[in-house]
Amino acid sequence: METLERIIAEHPFFADLEPAYTALLTGCASNVRFSPGTYIFREGQEANHFYLLRSGKIALETLTGRSSPITVETLEEGDVLGWSWLVPPYVCNFHARALQETRAIALDGKCLRGKCEQNHDLGYEFLKRFAQIMVRRLHATRFQLLDVYAAR
Amino acid sequence: MTAMAAIDTISPAQDPRLPEPYVVKRVDQDTPDTFSLTLHPEGSVKPIPFRPGQFSMLWVFGVGELPISISGDASEPNKLVYTVRSVGKATHALVSRGAGDQVGVRGPFGVGWPMETARGRDVVIVAGGIGLAPLRPVIYEVLGNREQYGRLVILYGARSPRDVIYRKELSAWARQRETQVLTTVDYGGLSWHGHVGVVTTLFRYARLHPSRSIAMICGPEIMMRFVTRELETLGLNRDDIYVSMERNMKCGEGFCGHCQYGAHFICKDGPVFPYQKIRPLLDKYEL
Amino acid sequence: MARLKQKNDAPQVLEARLLPTLLETLSRHGYDVIGPTVRDGAIVLDHIQSPEQLPAGWTDEQTAGHYRLKSREDRAFFGYAVGPDSWKKYLHPAELMLWSAQKQNGDFRILNNAGEPGRPFALFGVRACDLAAIAKQDRVMMGDQYRNPPYASRRENAFIVAVQCTKSAETCFCASLQTGPRAAGGFDLCLTEMTDARGHCFVVRTGSKRGVELLSELDTTAATDEQQRLEADLVEAAARSQKRAVQTEGLKKFLEDNFDHEGWQKLAARCLTCGNCTMVCPTCFCTTVEDSSNLAGTHAERWRRWDSCFTLSFSYIHGGSIRSSTHARYRQWLTHKFSTWIDQFGSLGCVGCGRCITWCPVGIDVTESIRTLREGNSHGNP
Repeated sequence: METLERIIAEHPFFADLEPAYTALLTGCASNVRFSPGTYIFREGQEANHFYLLRSGKIALETLTGRSSPITVETLEEGDVLGWSWLVPPYVCNFHARALQETRAIALDGKCLRGKCEQNHDLGYEFLKRFAQIMVRRLHATRFQLLDVYAAR
Repeated sequence: MTAMAAIDTISPAQDPRLPEPYVVKRVDQDTPDTFSLTLHPEGSVKPIPFRPGQFSMLWVFGVGELPISISGDASEPNKLVYTVRSVGKATHALVSRGAGDQVGVRGPFGVGWPMETARGRDVVIVAGGIGLAPLRPVIYEVLGNREQYGRLVILYGARSPRDVIYRKELSAWARQRETQVLTTVDYGGLSWHGHVGVVTTLFRYARLHPSRSIAMICGPEIMMRFVTRELETLGLNRDDIYVSMERNMKCGEGFCGHCQYGAHFICKDGPVFPYQKIRPLLDKYEL
Repeated sequence: MARLKQKNDAPQVLEARLLPTLLETLSRHGYDVIGPTVRDGAIVLDHIQSPEQLPAGWTDEQTAGHYRLKSREDRAFFGYAVGPDSWKKYLHPAELMLWSAQKQNGDFRILNNAGEPGRPFALFGVRACDLAAIAKQDRVMMGDQYRNPPYASRRENAFIVAVQCTKSAETCFCASLQTGPRAAGGFDLCLTEMTDARGHCFVVRTGSKRGVELLSELDTTAATDEQQRLEADLVEAAARSQKRAVQTEGLKKFLEDNFDHEGWQKLAARCLTCGNCTMVCPTCFCTTVEDSSNLAGTHAERWRRWDSCFTLSFSYIHGGSIRSSTHARYRQWLTHKFSTWIDQFGSLGCVGCGRCITWCPVGIDVTESIRTLREGNSHGNP
């Protein structure tokens, strides 16, 4: 679909991706919408998709043994949700809950993995972008772990 | 030089060694362990003008004295506001004061935020935890003199929703024109629908013009290191970034020697420093 | 001996037997004379009411971590180097009440009642290194952004009788820092003791109007050229005999660039962080304040006490001490003296008196520390 392809091309995650690859990826893509409170995926489920967020807000949650879950991160327009589909055992590590009306492009994980195996150049472009996000998230997570505002 | 202005605000009769009696007008609780005290000068005590970023030495009779940043409006020097986190004996004594109790005040001391340099520019405030308190006078100054400054961007990070200070004001500030307020917490609960993540994660949502901006940062030292690095990556000039440092203080006048940070006395050469000046010191372990 | 009218600034000679008259004259002018005296096996500073208290005939033997008094063969009054006390004991007292406060009906009143000494001090026997140290503390206490009134009131009225050393201790290194043994200025009177077969006397120089006036009340003769030459030779000999030195050229930059030098940990391996060095150092000025009140809560006091950057609490802020390791504290002290003091006050913080070397219980030698670091001798022995 032409509009879907354009949406993918314009998403920050795929900035500067060759149009040929964008076209390839579109084959795995679909438009999705989540109403507030919906769980997009839950911890422990099979990880089948990753999402390019177009609007709205998602909370990544986990349970700590206390009564209610803790949110460890929120994601918004321009962010990417979900990468457990990329590495075995392909299982979600957190709950993802929509806090607001959220629109996104969902990309099918198995489909993507297949295309990347066939076309390593596409795979490399993909992993380059993912690596950047992961490094930034890792730094932010480590910073979060330091619990800098806690009273000693 | 701003350090000289600090002396100019002290009247000749005022001896910086002697606390002046101020009365607690009200105590507001901001979070489970953080309180804001509003003090008025007692009787004939003359209020002393302060600059955003300066601090006072607050004394509780017979208990002890603490350096606390002034977090009130600099255009109302007869109403000194201090936001204090109760973490030990002296802070606990301070926040336990009630309306009508006296607190001794010495000061103001120190070099404050560069308000003159910020005129005509976008002001970016990045605060962590109680670090928002020394920056609040800057926000008041900018919002109270709106035409003299450009955009105001406030990025604030706290540990969890219940640790967010000045919550009502943050909402009110967000509604001001040419003002963007983003608040995030390290850990969120079900009832928190705002951002969750460390304060550096807010940069991608902030509308910044790096070349027009002057950034003022206050929070735990680790947080300031992460934030300054992020600001540099975004293209801000090191000369346009200011941080507020903290060390052990006993006198506020540069005599006790405790607050030395490299060659700088935080009480009189700071607490606000241009990032350029202390950048080589920030990475030194046990300086 | 007839007293000849001399030019005001010409050096005079005072016979040793007449030294007591100098003490009496100072006393008569209302000064509280502070000078050297023997106590507890050392030459310390104390109030001097009579000349018998002066350590005539004593000398000291000082090396790293070692101090002993020995008898001299003569009765020289100043035949030793500096002891553990320095003049900050009086100008910047170890314990001082800054003010007290009364509380009544919930209201407090601060009484600006810090005790001032009743009489001005006459500092008797100030060595050149200590003159330099006083000048450095003047810069800190009276020459910077804020003025320190307790220091200023004691300092401004103090009469200084300097003494030029004619014998250096092994731990002295003032010559390499150009802070002595010659006393260049900053005194009211300056004595150089000469005792040999020809007799026992002092060459006296004036350094101020006050000094000239006081000297005119003493029975002195003009110093001959020969006496002046001998004075210069003795001081020069004291300088040449010094065994230790600090090479200051490039030292500040070296310390700035070598914060992470491996050598710091080796150097500090012996350090006990006892703080003796800071207590005996004539330029160390750090203090802490202690607030206290009586049990009824009606009376409070604030006391100022000497503090040391070697304590853990010195750098404590919520969360812990910034400088918790020994080597970080040792590095802080040494870097302050030889590098950051220059940024802060325009000169070195060290005067080469050697006290820190003598009084360190494990004999850490600052001159050796600096040399070891600069030689880049990370495999060497501290």
